[in-house]
Amino acid sequence: MSEDKKTLFIEGKEVEFTNEPNLLEIIRKAGFNVPTFCYRPDLTQFGACRMCVVEVEYPNGRKMINSSCTMPPEANIKVSLNTQRVRRIRKTVLELLLANHNRECTTCEKSGNCELQQYAEEYGVRKITYPTLQPEDMKEIDNSNPSIVRDPNKCILCGACVRACKEFHGHAVLGFANRGSKTLVQPMCGKKLSDVDCVFCGQCQAVCPTGALTIKSDVERVWDEINNKDKKVVVQVAPSVRVAIGEMFGLKPGENSIGKIYAALRKIGFDLIFDTNFTADLTIMEEGTEFVERLTKGGKLPLFTSCCPAWVRYLETHHPDMLDHLSSCKSPQGMLSPVAKEFVPKYYEGYNKDNMVVVSIMPCTAKKYEASREQLTRDGKPETDYVLTTQEFGRMIKSAGIDFKTLEDEKADSPFGEYTGAGTIFGASGGVAEAAARTAYYLVTGENIADNDIKPMRGVDKSSRSKSVELDIKGTKVVVRVVSTLSEAEKAIQEIKNGTANFQLLEVMACPGGCINGGGQPRSCDDIKVKEERAEGLYAEDKGMPLRRSHENPDIIRIYKENLEKPGSHIAHELLHTTYSDKRKGTYLSVGE
Amino acid sequence: MTLNIDIKEEQKKAQETIQNQGFRVLVCSGTGCIANGAMEIIAKFRELGANVESLSHHDKMTVVPTGCHGFCEQGVLVVLPDLHTTYVKVHVEDVEEIFESHIKNGKPVERLLYVDPKTGEHVHKNEDINFYKKQTRTALENNGHINAEDIDEAIAVGGYEALAKVLEKNDSDWVIEEILKSGLKGRGGAGFPTGMKWKFAAANRGGKTYMVCNGDEGDPGAFMDRSVMEGDPHKLLEGMAIAAFAIGADEGYIYVRAEYPLAIKRLRKAIADAEARHFLGKNIMGSDFTFDVHIKEGAGAFVCGEETALIASIEGERGMPRPKPPFPANKGLFGRPTVINNVETLANVPVIIRKGADWFSSMGTETSKGTKTFALTGEVNNTGLIEVPMGTTLRQIIFDIGGGIRGGKKFKAVQIGGPSGGCLTEEHLDLPMDYESLQKAGAMVGSGGLVVMNEDTCIVEVARFFMNFTQNESCGKCVPCREGTKNMLKILERIVAGQGKPEDIDVLKELATAVQDGSLCALGKTAPNPVLSTLKYFLDEYKAHIIDKKCPAGVCAAMKTYRIQEDVCKGCTKCARTCPVGAISGTVKEPHKIDTEKCIKCGSCMAACPFKAIVVE
Repeated sequence: MSEDKKTLFIEGKEVEFTNEPNLLEIIRKAGFNVPTFCYRPDLTQFGACRMCVVEVEYPNGRKMINSSCTMPPEANIKVSLNTQRVRRIRKTVLELLLANHNRECTTCEKSGNCELQQYAEEYGVRKITYPTLQPEDMKEIDNSNPSIVRDPNKCILCGACVRACKEFHGHAVLGFANRGSKTLVQPMCGKKLSDVDCVFCGQCQAVCPTGALTIKSDVERVWDEINNKDKKVVVQVAPSVRVAIGEMFGLKPGENSIGKIYAALRKIGFDLIFDTNFTADLTIMEEGTEFVERLTKGGKLPLFTSCCPAWVRYLETHHPDMLDHLSSCKSPQGMLSPVAKEFVPKYYEGYNKDNMVVVSIMPCTAKKYEASREQLTRDGKPETDYVLTTQEFGRMIKSAGIDFKTLEDEKADSPFGEYTGAGTIFGASGGVAEAAARTAYYLVTGENIADNDIKPMRGVDKSSRSKSVELDIKGTKVVVRVVSTLSEAEKAIQEIKNGTANFQLLEVMACPGGCINGGGQPRSCDDIKVKEERAEGLYAEDKGMPLRRSHENPDIIRIYKENLEKPGSHIAHELLHTTYSDKRKGTYLSVGE
Repeated sequence: MTLNIDIKEEQKKAQETIQNQGFRVLVCSGTGCIANGAMEIIAKFRELGANVESLSHHDKMTVVPTGCHGFCEQGVLVVLPDLHTTYVKVHVEDVEEIFESHIKNGKPVERLLYVDPKTGEHVHKNEDINFYKKQTRTALENNGHINAEDIDEAIAVGGYEALAKVLEKNDSDWVIEEILKSGLKGRGGAGFPTGMKWKFAAANRGGKTYMVCNGDEGDPGAFMDRSVMEGDPHKLLEGMAIAAFAIGADEGYIYVRAEYPLAIKRLRKAIADAEARHFLGKNIMGSDFTFDVHIKEGAGAFVCGEETALIASIEGERGMPRPKPPFPANKGLFGRPTVINNVETLANVPVIIRKGADWFSSMGTETSKGTKTFALTGEVNNTGLIEVPMGTTLRQIIFDIGGGIRGGKKFKAVQIGGPSGGCLTEEHLDLPMDYESLQKAGAMVGSGGLVVMNEDTCIVEVARFFMNFTQNESCGKCVPCREGTKNMLKILERIVAGQGKPEDIDVLKELATAVQDGSLCALGKTAPNPVLSTLKYFLDEYKAHIIDKKCPAGVCAAMKTYRIQEDVCKGCTKCARTCPVGAISGTVKEPHKIDTEKCIKCGSCMAACPFKAIVVE
């Protein structure tokens, strides 16, 4: 054995290791596993749940029990995963948690998706020795937030949500309160989740192992609309849904199932099927034009992208003084709904403003909030009527009895269903900037960019949360800054505030890695590879498409010709652009104002 | 290294200053004595002293507010060293008499002298009081002798001499070696060899390193760290500076709970004074060693005494422990190598350096060296803060220093090591108090809390009390501690309420094992100790509660029944009139009766009965 090669023993098997951050990662790499509630590879190690405890024997014979998720690997240690002592700890932990848990499993939003339920089953917990939670001990469920439901009676205090909020966004909407058995995770000062500066990204519930934090479901309301004979239900599907939903039906992460999605939507009974990728292309036309105008004619720079509602909300609550940096473009969801309501009657028979309902399928919980924004209503009604997350849509498919895996591919309806590769890559961090660059190049020079692939903008892993890319548009240098997570966005903002910013365009996606890892996607918090595979799926679709630049999309050319005149026109502004406002009021950020 | 300060010269000057103070009156100004009026006493003495023209041997008088003397239950303590007299339980009204009768006219005030509970005789001298006589003081050596707020007084008794020695020698490895050789172990609870800890951190020398003093004393009844911080703050600072030099730290924190305002005030002053004299701060004593000390006030969470929680707290996070490894010596405060030592540990350091490792290791046992402070409380005659060589037996502490059990009652048990410690019994009275023996017996030295219990103490109630404490103070992070202690507490509450179930003992034991094995930090790992040790030594008492529904000590209210003995009752009606719930009925001059359904077992009838007709069963 050479000196730099280190090994340790797991269940007697010699395993090599290099720079793994902890024992648990090595255990998994070696093909074993131990249960855990609180370990999330994207977050700091916490060591709270004690489920991943293992027995470690040092070469000198000393034995200890420790949590494998927090233990730095050491050479030559012997690790036992299932001794009587550690199994007893795990089983006691499970029993203790279940005793203090509202065990209404069958009616729980997380049922079938709950790690507590899963381990209780795996460990064969059949009775609870300890006094269980009584109705009078139950705390109120917080339903106030447009995207997230918080049920403290199901919280096991693993702290994953607290860490996600703090580490991704730098602002701890959720935190620990009290001591001992009275410890709680709650919004600051016991406020409601609607009265704090929550950005609705849903990462808290994405890492939550139980039903303590769940997505506020709109599935039943959508079914009601579908089954209403008087309503025509129009649906749109966001870019990153196509590379993730398959995971709920046994397909591999990143496998593009957009054809099956269209088929499933038709089977469920949606009347018209559009693709949000189409309005992603439309966004590029508007935002690209806006950017080029600010760049060439003078205007507030850097320009901030405005597709991510969590980011918009963050700016409105934390930096209302910087709202003029934000592109006035609505998000692709926000564009498709008014476009559909305005122009569908023109192209499709039987549709009018009053009988149309627009549903969007999004990877995102914050889109539910976006749909409720006052600025995105027309005639007092929301432009987007319902937002379903990928997870909710998957459940709809299941309850409709559709065998998703075997569906034949279908197509979206056109117009408003065609898209280019530029629209597809909107789903990954860097994709909006890359798509914008392809079209901005054309808008400035009248020529197409030589290479569509701007690879330095890509990457969704932890080390790629902030990227700076310099573009040369025929002599004009443009620096694009791509960030995901609001912590990274805040750093970029501080650079602007202290005068060190060197970029002209800032793309922000609040979720780490972008929409492919959105809060509404199928759960994948224990595997950091999943988001990379999903992103690869989007870039693969882009690569294989005949058209890869938004301005070449025939549906886009047609909609401008027949309805919107040109990017930035009066009618385009009316339908496709929006305004922002200071939203500190009602959150603690207004204290002292 | 050549220093620009000659500490011996400074010492001589300081001693002269003290000599010039004339007649010294030492008044204990620890937190306890201040609560009993020490400040008023000091003011009164000063007022009288201002008019002194001449005493027999001195031309003036100086009143010195000192740190805690340790004999707190006898406070306020006033010591007249030149007259070899200690006065106890002094009130401001007594000051004039002490002054006139004793200080001016040489006639001691007998009634204010300590009375030995065994012999009933008055004791004049401090050194003749059993409480003090049997002690050996290292960490507390200056407590009660010097003015804690005067750096000269600290220097006069050897303060900063060790630091000067270390800086002159300029060999940090020698310092670590000396501490290793002394055998000093951490006095805060775990008993890890101090020199070893320093050695681990010193291996990371070169980058930013922190020296942290843990003054988050939280065990109920323990106050040795507070006494050092209040009574001899310079010794702590000197110990920290020596440790910082050894490990290569240039910045330090003292983490003190905000409930210790006097300690904080005196530490702040001590830091400022030490900086002004170049004993702290930049280029200490002209050397190239720099060490800055900050005070971080804790908000009173018990768990912040756990070193990783303490680190989190200093960093501004919620005080929640972090798993180890990585140990603070490698990755501690702000991610940097950090040594965290307890106050008492650090207070031993300057003495070890000054007097030598061999001197220190000559005290104690084979594996536990030096002296240890204990906070002696409960049902003993003399309660207070003591310091004895490691290996002193419980019997010596309780019966010699403590003066035996109060009121002639029988000794039952002693809880050692605070809420994480264990209960020991009569059979352990001759056990030497050292880390290994106590651990073997199911207790621990811990921070040195000693709660002595007599026959009237219900042992299950004691276990419940401590479990309630640890449950309330659990940080709530890990499941075994948060939920496990909660359920252990529920079972204990059930047992003392007379609703214990036969299977409870097994469940308690199982749960205790899982909590010990599975908890993240030492708080959880040791929380079951009081339960396990009482189950081991007092199983019958648990069984009496669970099976016979009887509390042998007669403490648990739920299991008490009050009865009026008909043949003794004279029918005076006093009990019926006293009963707050109208549970007693009867006519005048006829025996009365208690309705046990209505009775709330408050005991007021029993106290009211002039004929002792009421009994508890």
